[in-house]
Amino acid sequence: MNPIIKIESLSKKYKDADQFSLNDVSLEINEGQIFGLLGPNGAGKTTLISMLCGLIKPTSGHFSIDDLDYHHHSSKIKKIIGVVPQEYALYPTLTARENLHYFGSMYGLKGADLKDKVIETLDLLGLLKFADKQIHTFSGGMKRRVNLIAGILHNPKVLFLDEPTVGVDVQSKNAILDYLKILNQNGTTIIYTSHHLAEAEDFCTNIAILDRGKIYAKGTPSTLIETTENARNLEDVFISLTGKDLRDAI
Amino acid sequence: MLYKIWMSIVKEFLLLKRDLGGLIILFIMPLVLVITVTVIQDSSFKTASNTKIPILLVDYDKGTVSKTVFDNLEKNQLFTVVTQIDNKPITEEVARENVYKGKFQLAIVIPKNLSVDLQAKVDQNVENIVSKMGFTDSVAKPEKPKVITQKEVKLYFDPAVQLSFKNSVINAIDKMISQIETKSIYTTFQNQLGEENTKFDQTSFITFKEIIPKINNKEILPNSVQHNVPAWTLFAIFFIVIPLSINIVKEKSQGTFVRLLTNPTSNLIVIIGKTITYSVICMIQFYMMVAVAIFLFPHIGLPPLNIEGHLFLMSVVALFSGFAAIGFGILLGTVANTQEQSAPFGATSVIILAAIGGVWVPVFVMPKMMQIIAKSSPMNWGLEAFYDVLLRNVSFVEIIPKISLLFLFFIITTSIALFYDKKKRTV
Repeated sequence: MNPIIKIESLSKKYKDADQFSLNDVSLEINEGQIFGLLGPNGAGKTTLISMLCGLIKPTSGHFSIDDLDYHHHSSKIKKIIGVVPQEYALYPTLTARENLHYFGSMYGLKGADLKDKVIETLDLLGLLKFADKQIHTFSGGMKRRVNLIAGILHNPKVLFLDEPTVGVDVQSKNAILDYLKILNQNGTTIIYTSHHLAEAEDFCTNIAILDRGKIYAKGTPSTLIETTENARNLEDVFISLTGKDLRDAI
Repeated sequence: MLYKIWMSIVKEFLLLKRDLGGLIILFIMPLVLVITVTVIQDSSFKTASNTKIPILLVDYDKGTVSKTVFDNLEKNQLFTVVTQIDNKPITEEVARENVYKGKFQLAIVIPKNLSVDLQAKVDQNVENIVSKMGFTDSVAKPEKPKVITQKEVKLYFDPAVQLSFKNSVINAIDKMISQIETKSIYTTFQNQLGEENTKFDQTSFITFKEIIPKINNKEILPNSVQHNVPAWTLFAIFFIVIPLSINIVKEKSQGTFVRLLTNPTSNLIVIIGKTITYSVICMIQFYMMVAVAIFLFPHIGLPPLNIEGHLFLMSVVALFSGFAAIGFGILLGTVANTQEQSAPFGATSVIILAAIGGVWVPVFVMPKMMQIIAKSSPMNWGLEAFYDVLLRNVSFVEIIPKISLLFLFFIITTSIALFYDKKKRTV
């Protein structure tokens, strides 16, 4: 399979920080993969995703998405990626439909295509009957689903998800993951971060475990479990690689 | 791109429509402000006010001077003279106590024998002049002149009284006393010359006439409405800084701004969407305030705003003032991290800009240093452009420098905001 994301020696050191948040990371993510970026708090997951989405600039190194180099084609890259941030990045006083029409239009969608796509995705995620309700009246799970739709209306080639199932009930979680699997089957490469290791073990085709700005291991979940001594599941692998120390930081 | 801008405008209007507090700030508060301030300030513009200011008059003189002062003050429609409190004549002590406690704004104390001594002093001076000119009897021995001490009319002001009011009262009383002195001098000359038929013309030789500018052959007499409506409309337009900066801060805290940054949409499009939306809001505010000044003011005892032939140019000034306010709001919203930072800072800075810009106190009465600073306030450019159009009857060409400055302010503040945002993301 072709690598759709190529990361070479990517580093990030924030201003006034003592250490690198991401230190000389190289990685390839193949087309069609559901790639899980796992790691304890402060491992560098969000920094890596933020750089790939164009939110912050790397200190050194470079990356390309779909053979488009970040330095020269950042606006083209933005057209083929979708981003689902961890927070509900929606306008609370707009309805679900109004939010989606707005964010869809920012991806260049318009007219009947946009309207149909909004209706279709709202329906698939069980929200069509709430389409004209304001977001602030929604439950956490409903907001998560609208948050997801806002990132995938333009059928992105690559979808970045930052903890897409955090704080939702089992039903919403299943609806979100099922829909993501459909997207993946239709050709979208998914890069996903989560603290739910059991969920990641089931959901991801490939995983990288980051800690202290570096990649400690990568491979399929089953390979990682098999190659780690005494590991029965991904959590054992995770603890074995990152240790049991608390990672509280301010 | 146009569709993206259109959708941004739709989104901004929907957000505003569902924000009741924001709508009140945008539309109701400016109307309340312009009506309240104009009603209050109207009294200082009126020559015939129904409200008279009571003045305490302590008369130790009981002569012609105190009578003239009393008559002149009574004739003045701004004042009413109080000579007794609780049916007792007022003493200087009582007057001072009442004024310093704020019960009255002003007391005038006319000293004992002022009329007699004034006449004696004038007589002495006139006699001296007449004798030097050789009009007196040469045999008569010149009398040793009697020493007449200077007299003082005392004024007591309530410490809370504004300096401008104090100065205008002092000037009026000074003028009144000068007239009394002049009259005495003329009368004494007449008596000394002994020519009963010699009558001096005591009317002022130099008079003043204000030449009022004419528009379409009609005199435009400035009134409180012509001054206040542009000033407070501008103030209200600049208050758009608060909801706009809050709107931007909210986008950052809600995460929608981050989502927009990951879209293939330039931040400039988002800014253009906001600028168009809030420009429309500014124009609605402006037309609402003009409509109130034209149609409502006459019903509440105020003169109507006269915009005859000026609406287009006034709209141009309002639009460009709106741009300046929007630029400032965008910059503030970009730099501020929380609503707690943007809202108070926005409100305070607009008040400071208004003060510097001459909305409250005209720039020409400010200290030299403040006059220089005033020239750098966008509110001053807007206010002067409004006055140019409404009171000085200038053409479009003549307001171009001022509206260009307003637009430049918008471009500079917006560019700084875009640059700051970009810089922040490269940390």
